[in-house]
Amino acid sequence: MAKKTTSVLPGFRLTLGYTVLYLSLIVLIPLACAFWKTSELTWGQFWHAVAAPRVLASYRLSFGASFLAALTNLFFGLLVAWVLVRYQFWGKRFVDALVDLPFALPTAVAGIALTAVYAPHGWIGQWLEPLGIQVAFTRLGVFVALTFIGLPFIVRTVQPVLEDFDLEIEESAASLGANRWQTFWRVTLPMLRPALLTGFTLAFARALGEYGSVVFISGNMPMKTEITPLLIITKLEEFDYPGATAIAVVMLVASFVLLLAINFLQWWSHRHHRPV
Amino acid sequence: MVPASTLHAPRRAAPRRVTAEPPFVRWLLIGVALLFLGLFLVVPLAAVFVEAFAKGVGYYFHTFNDANTLSAIKLTFITAAIAVPLNCVFGVAAAWAIAKFDFRGKTVLITLIDLPFSVSPVVSGMIYVLLFGAQGLLGPWLLEHNIKIIFAVPGIVLATMFVTFPFVARELIPLMQAQGRTEEEAARVLGASGWQTFWRVTLPNIKWGLLYGVILCNARAMGEFGAVSVVSGHIRGQTNTIPLHVEILYNEYNFVGAFAVASLLTFLAVVTLALKTWAERKNAALRGTGN
Repeated sequence: MAKKTTSVLPGFRLTLGYTVLYLSLIVLIPLACAFWKTSELTWGQFWHAVAAPRVLASYRLSFGASFLAALTNLFFGLLVAWVLVRYQFWGKRFVDALVDLPFALPTAVAGIALTAVYAPHGWIGQWLEPLGIQVAFTRLGVFVALTFIGLPFIVRTVQPVLEDFDLEIEESAASLGANRWQTFWRVTLPMLRPALLTGFTLAFARALGEYGSVVFISGNMPMKTEITPLLIITKLEEFDYPGATAIAVVMLVASFVLLLAINFLQWWSHRHHRPV
Repeated sequence: MVPASTLHAPRRAAPRRVTAEPPFVRWLLIGVALLFLGLFLVVPLAAVFVEAFAKGVGYYFHTFNDANTLSAIKLTFITAAIAVPLNCVFGVAAAWAIAKFDFRGKTVLITLIDLPFSVSPVVSGMIYVLLFGAQGLLGPWLLEHNIKIIFAVPGIVLATMFVTFPFVARELIPLMQAQGRTEEEAARVLGASGWQTFWRVTLPNIKWGLLYGVILCNARAMGEFGAVSVVSGHIRGQTNTIPLHVEILYNEYNFVGAFAVASLLTFLAVVTLALKTWAERKNAALRGTGN
């Protein structure tokens, strides 16, 4: 039971009660429903639903493309955060606000816009096509959409750490004879590691479940460019509810594991980041 | 540990030589970062408006002279008008309980509140289909009483509430935790009632954080696609929100129409970013001068 220390402030029972009730009604009970529905399946049926070749191909694409997109963002996100914190340039505030665009822009809009830009006759697509690179309607398109979606996560987790970073540490490294690259690689980067890992995991988790921005650009070919969330929708449209639920449970377990990882990373970075 | 006032701390001088990169490295890094952001963010953003006006301004406005488009806009506003206030009230209540009191299981509660963020939008919609759909847990009962939730407006509202659930709460919890409870306790000791304490002491302290959460919550509520797509049933003029209408127009190869409707949402996103930046600055100013 909840234990509370005596307080002069009112409303503890009311607000906590309402919080738990609303949380249960909107989130917990509906989520539990997915697990309940899966429990109606036998192990054989469950395995058949979650390990069919078409489903396995979609996991490979979803996990693989999400991983590569998060990795790309790890590099460029750090670069953008670095540039925004350490350098002064014209239009910096505008760029800083723009970084959050993937959070604010509805995914369906992002999807059709990216498709238009990367289609063979699109603004960027027309330059890539002579090089033999096709982005729209291929796996590369999935990767591009997921990179777009994950971009702000790494910038926004690294940026505050970099802002609080004590430059004197870099100065000591320099005074001990390290060159700029050695200082960055051996001193600064290790201190950013928890934030980078947290951002990477957040971007990966978001990309894994992403649907709206991917469906337009991927072309949705089974076994080739079909992501797992789309497969769930396809099963639902075929009224194969048990099949859809089984795959959804696999996705849910994956996101819970990632959520635990994120919580652990935050606790870890908190511990590391505390001033001595 | 924390300096009492950062205002009087000496401003850090411009980075000294040893901690700065040579100018060409600096400009190279800025250039690569801007090129990346340009390719991934600015180009798609510009593409929406260019495509929307591809057939001229007249055609652009012609798109909105359509009953299905107008009904999609109306439904989106209704959905946001229900989901955002409900999640806002929840956010304030949750933040009050978590920030102002000590109880066991607090960390678990915070994690559970964040849960909808880590669930795929498609799965978020699906769980309501499992609960309220024809084959669902409550399906037969709902059918008997002639209540329609899935493939109808209530389902859309519920799915939207799920995906926007944590926005206000996760903004307010750290803010109110950082502010502590001394100001409220002082108000109570001086004779203010619970409501007076909340309206006169707490609310002015959290207003910018609250606005920030509401702006983000609203943007997601109006733009949600995956979760709503699962529960809506795509009935034209009845259960289509703006993002779903964009999809329908796009799949009919009416690209200009799709981008014209999408430009509304893009405009909303740009306004959201501007308001968000403004609220962030106000909040920072409030925190800087307070205490």
